[in-house]
Amino acid sequence: MSLQPELSPTTGDEAIQNYTINFGPQHPAAHGVLRLVMELDGEIVERMDPHVGLLHRGTEKLIEHKTYLQALPYFDRLDYCSPLGMEYSYVLAVEKLLDLEVPLRGQYLRVLFAELTRICNHMLNLGSHVMDVGAMTPNLWMFEIREDCLNFFERASGARMHSAWFRPGGVHQDVPLKLLTDIADWCDTRLPKLFGDAISLVADNRIFKQRNVDIAVVSKEDALKWGFSGPMIRAAGIPWDIRKSQPYDVYDRMQFDIPVGTNSDCYDRFMVRVEEVYQSARIIRQCINEMPEGPVASTDRKVVPPKRGEMKQSMEALIHHFKLYTEGFHVPEGSVYVATESPKGEFGVYLVSDGSNKPYRCKIRPTAFSHLQAMEMMSKGHMLADTTAILGAMDIVFGECDR
Amino acid sequence: MSHCAPRYASNKGVAAAIKKALGKDMVSVDEAHGEIAVTVKRDRLVSAMTALRDVCEYQQLMEIAGVDWPDRDPRFEVVYCLLSVTKNHRIRVHVWSNEEDAVPSVTGIWPVAGWLEREVFDMYGVTFAGNDDLRRILTDYGFVGHPQRKDFPLTGYVELRYSEEEKRVKYEPVQLAQDFRNFDFMSPWEGADYVLPGDEKVIQSGEPPRGTPPQVNTPKTTEKPEQTGAGKAANKAATPKQKTKGGSK
Repeated sequence: MSLQPELSPTTGDEAIQNYTINFGPQHPAAHGVLRLVMELDGEIVERMDPHVGLLHRGTEKLIEHKTYLQALPYFDRLDYCSPLGMEYSYVLAVEKLLDLEVPLRGQYLRVLFAELTRICNHMLNLGSHVMDVGAMTPNLWMFEIREDCLNFFERASGARMHSAWFRPGGVHQDVPLKLLTDIADWCDTRLPKLFGDAISLVADNRIFKQRNVDIAVVSKEDALKWGFSGPMIRAAGIPWDIRKSQPYDVYDRMQFDIPVGTNSDCYDRFMVRVEEVYQSARIIRQCINEMPEGPVASTDRKVVPPKRGEMKQSMEALIHHFKLYTEGFHVPEGSVYVATESPKGEFGVYLVSDGSNKPYRCKIRPTAFSHLQAMEMMSKGHMLADTTAILGAMDIVFGECDR
Repeated sequence: MSHCAPRYASNKGVAAAIKKALGKDMVSVDEAHGEIAVTVKRDRLVSAMTALRDVCEYQQLMEIAGVDWPDRDPRFEVVYCLLSVTKNHRIRVHVWSNEEDAVPSVTGIWPVAGWLEREVFDMYGVTFAGNDDLRRILTDYGFVGHPQRKDFPLTGYVELRYSEEEKRVKYEPVQLAQDFRNFDFMSPWEGADYVLPGDEKVIQSGEPPRGTPPQVNTPKTTEKPEQTGAGKAANKAATPKQKTKGGSK
C-alpha cells in the first residue's frame, strides 16, 4: 500500500475568483484621501486603480481670479508638509517673467528655509513610512524635529505651516539674528542626535529591511518613462537633482552631495531621504556662515511693497503700498515653466501671463501625480501589505496631488 | 540674466537642432523669457515627440498643461514640458486643438502621459486619440462640465451637503449668500471693456465716447493774446503796465 497525496481542496472544477477591494479613502496608511481599487489574487496584487481627486479644491481656477500676490498663499496649501518648497517654484516663475533680481541675502534666506522645509518634510515622511511598516517609536522622535522646524518657521514668518513668507522679489521680512544662531546650534546638536537615534532603530533593523528591501524595484528606463523625480529617480540610480544641475538662487555656491540608490527599492528610497537630511543640514550651515547683510527683498517698488516705517515718511511709498495691495503688479506677457527641487521631487509651475495683474493660467505640476500613476506598475505581483510600504516610500501628499 | 530661476544649459543651437529633427512636423519655434517653445502640427504630434525623445534626447515628459483661449481658433492649447537629463535642458511643445478634434495621445512614448492627458480632458474637454483610459480624474464622480474653461464660473453649478433627513449626500444648485466679488483693476484709460456710469447717455446721444480726441481741421494755436479766449482785463491792478513814462525824473 502506497501513500496517496491528498488532493488540494481548491483544484478541480471550482474556479477561484479574484476579488476586488477598496483601500481608503479613509485609511491611515493611505496618507490622506487616496482610494485604491485593487484586484487581488489571494494576497497578490493583480491590478490597481488609484482614484485621486478627492481633495480637489480648484486651486488653479482660484489662482486665475486672484492677483499674483494673493495667489501665493494657495501654494502653502498644496503640499502642506513642505509649504515653502511649494512657494519657491511660484515666486521664481513670477520673477522669471518679470526678470527681477533678488538681493543676495534674500536668496540665502530662501535657500536656508527651503532646506529647513526639506528636513521638516522628510521627518514626516520617514516617520510615517516607518510607522506604515510597523514601528512606532521613530515616528514620535522625528516629530520632535519636525516640531522644532515648525517653530523656526513661526519665528521667521509668524505662521507654523502656512508661512506665505517667500514673495516675488525675495522674502517678506528679515529674520532676527538669534533665530539664525538658534538654527545653527540646532543643526549641530539636536538634529543629528535625535535623527541619528531614530534612524539607528530602523536602518539596520531586520523587520524593517524585510518589509522594504527588494520591494517595488524600478529600472532606470522605467523611472525616466514614468516621469519620476526627486528621491524616487535618485533611488533608481540616476544622479538627478535640480538644485545641482539647474541651480536657482545661491544653490550654485553650496557644497553638498547627491545621494543615489543602487537597488531602486523602497529601502533605497528611504535611505536616500535619510542622507538628504544630513546634506540639507550642511547647506543650512553654509547659508548661515556665508549670509551677507543687506536687503531681503528687491528694492523695485513697482513689485515689492515698501516697509511700514518708510510709508510714514514718504508719500510715494504710501502710493506704492496702496497700489500693490489693491491692484497688484502687472506681469509682462508670456509663459514660463519653472521647476524646483521640492522635498518630494520636481515641483513645477507653468505660468501664463496676459500682461494683466492676474495670472492667465497657472498650471501646477505636482510630484505625486506621476509617482502615484506608476503605483500599479510598481505593486503588481507584490503582496497587499507591501502597498503601504510602496506608498510610504513614494512620499505622497494629497493637497498637492489633487490641487 | 538677472532673475534667480533655475539655470539650465544654454539655448544656443537648440532651435536649429529641433528644426532639423522635426522637419515638416513643426510649425514654428520661438524663444521668449529664456525658454524654447516649439509649435507642432496636431496630427504629427506622435512622430515629432518620438523624434524629440530619440534624436534630441528629451527623455522625460514632466507635464502636460492645457490653456483655454476662448477668442482664438482653435481654442485650446496643450503644452508638453519636456526635460533632457543628459543635456540638462528643457523645452515646451505646443499643440492647438478644439473640442471636436482629438489630439494624438503620447502614452505610447511616455506612459506617464496617461494621467496627464486625463487631467487635460477632465479640465478642458480636449480628447486624446489613443488614450484607452480617458476617464475624469480630479473632479467628482458624475461631474458635468469642464471646470478650467474660462466660461465655467468659479463657483461652479452644484454644491453638496449631507442631508440628515434622507441620510445621504445631496447635490443642489449653488446658492451664495454673497456674490463672488471680482474686482476689475483696469483703469478706464488702459482699455477697460466696461462703460463708466453716466457714459451710456453719451453713447445713446451719438456723440463720440469719452476719451476719443475731438475732430479738428485746423489745430488751435495761441500765438496772440486774443487767441487765448481771455477777455479784457477786469481791473486796473491786473493790467500789465504798457510803458514806463520817461523813467526816473
